[in-house]
Amino acid sequence: MANKISDETIEYVGILAKLELSEQEQQDAKADMEKMLDYIDTLNELDTSDVEPMSHVFPINNVFREDVVTNGNQMEETLANAPLRGGDCFKVPKTIG
Amino acid sequence: MDILSLSAVELGKKIKAGEISAMEATQATLAQIEKEEPRIHGYVTVDAQGALKQAEEIQGKIERGELTGPLAGVPAAIKDNICIKGRLTTCSSKILSNYKPTYTAEAVEHLQDAGAIILGKTNMDEFAMGSTTETSYFGPTMNPHNVGHVPGGSSGGSCAAVAARECYYSLGSDTGGSIRQPSSFCGVVGLKPTYGTVSRYGLVAYGSSLDQIGPITKNVEDCAAVLTAIASWDKKDSTSVKREDYDFMGSLKADVKGLRVGIPADYFTEGLNKEVAEAIRAAANVLKEQGAVVEEFNLSLVKYAIPAYYVIASAEASSNLERFDGVKYGYRAKDYEGLHNMYKKTRSEGFGAEVKRRIMLGSFVLSSGYYDAYYLKALRTKALIKAAFDKAFENYDIILAPAAPTTAPELGKSLGDPLKMYLSDIYTVSVNLAGLPGLSIPVGKDEKGLPIGMQLIGDHFQEKTLLRAAYTYERVTGKEAR
Repeated sequence: MANKISDETIEYVGILAKLELSEQEQQDAKADMEKMLDYIDTLNELDTSDVEPMSHVFPINNVFREDVVTNGNQMEETLANAPLRGGDCFKVPKTIG
Repeated sequence: MDILSLSAVELGKKIKAGEISAMEATQATLAQIEKEEPRIHGYVTVDAQGALKQAEEIQGKIERGELTGPLAGVPAAIKDNICIKGRLTTCSSKILSNYKPTYTAEAVEHLQDAGAIILGKTNMDEFAMGSTTETSYFGPTMNPHNVGHVPGGSSGGSCAAVAARECYYSLGSDTGGSIRQPSSFCGVVGLKPTYGTVSRYGLVAYGSSLDQIGPITKNVEDCAAVLTAIASWDKKDSTSVKREDYDFMGSLKADVKGLRVGIPADYFTEGLNKEVAEAIRAAANVLKEQGAVVEEFNLSLVKYAIPAYYVIASAEASSNLERFDGVKYGYRAKDYEGLHNMYKKTRSEGFGAEVKRRIMLGSFVLSSGYYDAYYLKALRTKALIKAAFDKAFENYDIILAPAAPTTAPELGKSLGDPLKMYLSDIYTVSVNLAGLPGLSIPVGKDEKGLPIGMQLIGDHFQEKTLLRAAYTYERVTGKEAR
C-alpha cells in the first residue's frame, strides 16, 4: 500500500512539530514520510491483536520524593544561558495579546 | 616506550607505580590530538588548559593515596550529548552550539571521582540521529583507518578518538546501535549496557526508553573497568535499575567452556557483506575451539526491528526535542514576530535536516488518528521482539552476530538515501528495543583494511558473560586496538 500524505497533513504536522518549512522542504518532507510510512507498513504483516503495547522492558513506577531543594540557588548560572535576559528573567516576546 | 599505545588500565598502573605521571600522559595525548585532529576531527571541543589543570590535581591525589582506582590519571573523552558543568555541550547541533550546562552527568561525575582527566567533547551525529557522524553541524568525523570513510555513528567522534589514540577511552551513547556500530567501523571495543545500568541523568535525551551511556575502549579489560566506574543506581534517573553487583572486573577470565552461543541464521542473509559474514563465522569458531557450544538458530522478526525502532525513537524524539525553543538556552532566531513565530523560526534554523525529518515523523505517528496504527503497533512489535529474545535466551547464554552488515561506507555516500542508512542498524536496534546489553569487539579487517566488529548480545544484566566471552576471544587472538 502506497501512503499518500496531503498538503494539509504535512502542514498540520509542521504545526505540531513547531517547524516552519519552506515550500521545497514541505515537498521533501512529504516524499520522505510517504517512503518511510510505506516501509513502516511492513509491521502490518504481524498479527498483534493479542499483544499488549510495551513502552518499557522493565516494569517502571512513579518515583516520589519530598519536594526539597538540594542543588542550591543556580539562578545566575541558569540565566547565563538565556538567549535574551531581562533582569532576573528570561525575556520572550509578548505571550498574551 | 610509546605511552599512547598503552591501554587505559595499563596506563593507570604505570601512573600508580610512579613510572609515568598523569601530566606526562595528558601532554602526550594533547600532542596526539593536535597532530591527528586536522585528519580525524573527532572532537567538537578540546580543553587543553583544563586538562592540564586536572592532571596536576589528580597527580597530587594519587601521590597522597586519595585516588587508587584503575582509571586514576587516565585521559578520556566524552560524547557531546553528555553534560559537563560549565563546558560546552552542543549535541553537534546549531541549536545548542552555545549551551553550557549547570550540572554534570552522573556517569561523568563517577569518572571524575575515579580520577579521569576529561580532555574534551567528541563529535556525533546531530542529537545522536544518524549512523555516520555526517549529520553533525560541525562537519563529519573521519575514520582513522581510512579518512575517505566515515567512522560510523552516532558516537563516531568517541570511537574515532579512541582508534586514533586521541584519548585512552571515551563515553558514547547508544539508542539504536550508536556505540556498537561505530566501534565496529573503527576497530574498538564498545558496550551498550542493559537499560537502566548507567544513569541517564545529564544525557541529552533522544529516545528515552532506548538510550544508554556506555564505554568505548581499546580492549575488553578497559571496557570492564570503565563500566565498573560508571554503572550505578541513581535516584535522579527514575528508570535507573538497582543491580546486585556493580563490579565487572571479576568477569575477566579466559574461559568459555560450555558457554552456549547462538548465531541467528536469519542475520546471515543477502544484505550482509560476504567478508563480514566470513569474519564473524571465523570468530565464532575461535570460541568453539575454546570449548563454547556454538549453534545456529532462527531469532525471527529481524526485518521488523528497524520500522518499529524508527516509529518509537522518532516519537520519543519529537517529544524530547520540544524543549529546544530558544527561550532558556541555546540558539534563538534573530528576526521573529511574536512568540510562536520565534519558536518556529528558532527550531527551523537550529535543527538540521535529519533531526527535522525525525521530529516530523514522530509528530505524525503520535498525532490523533495515527497513534494506534503506528505508535501502538510499534510498541506491540517491540513486545514480540523482546519475547523472541527471551525465547532465545532459554537456549543460549549469548547471541553472536555481526555489529553491522558492512564495513564503514565512504564519506558522502549515505545521507542521500536515509532509508538505506537506517538499514545499517539492522543488527543493533532490536537490542535497544529489548533493553539488552550488547558489545562490539574487533575481529578482523576487510580487503580495504577497514575493521569488522562482532556483536555479542546477552540477556538482561549479563554483561559479565559478554565480557568473559569477549575477553576470551581477545586473549586467544591477541587482537586489540593499540
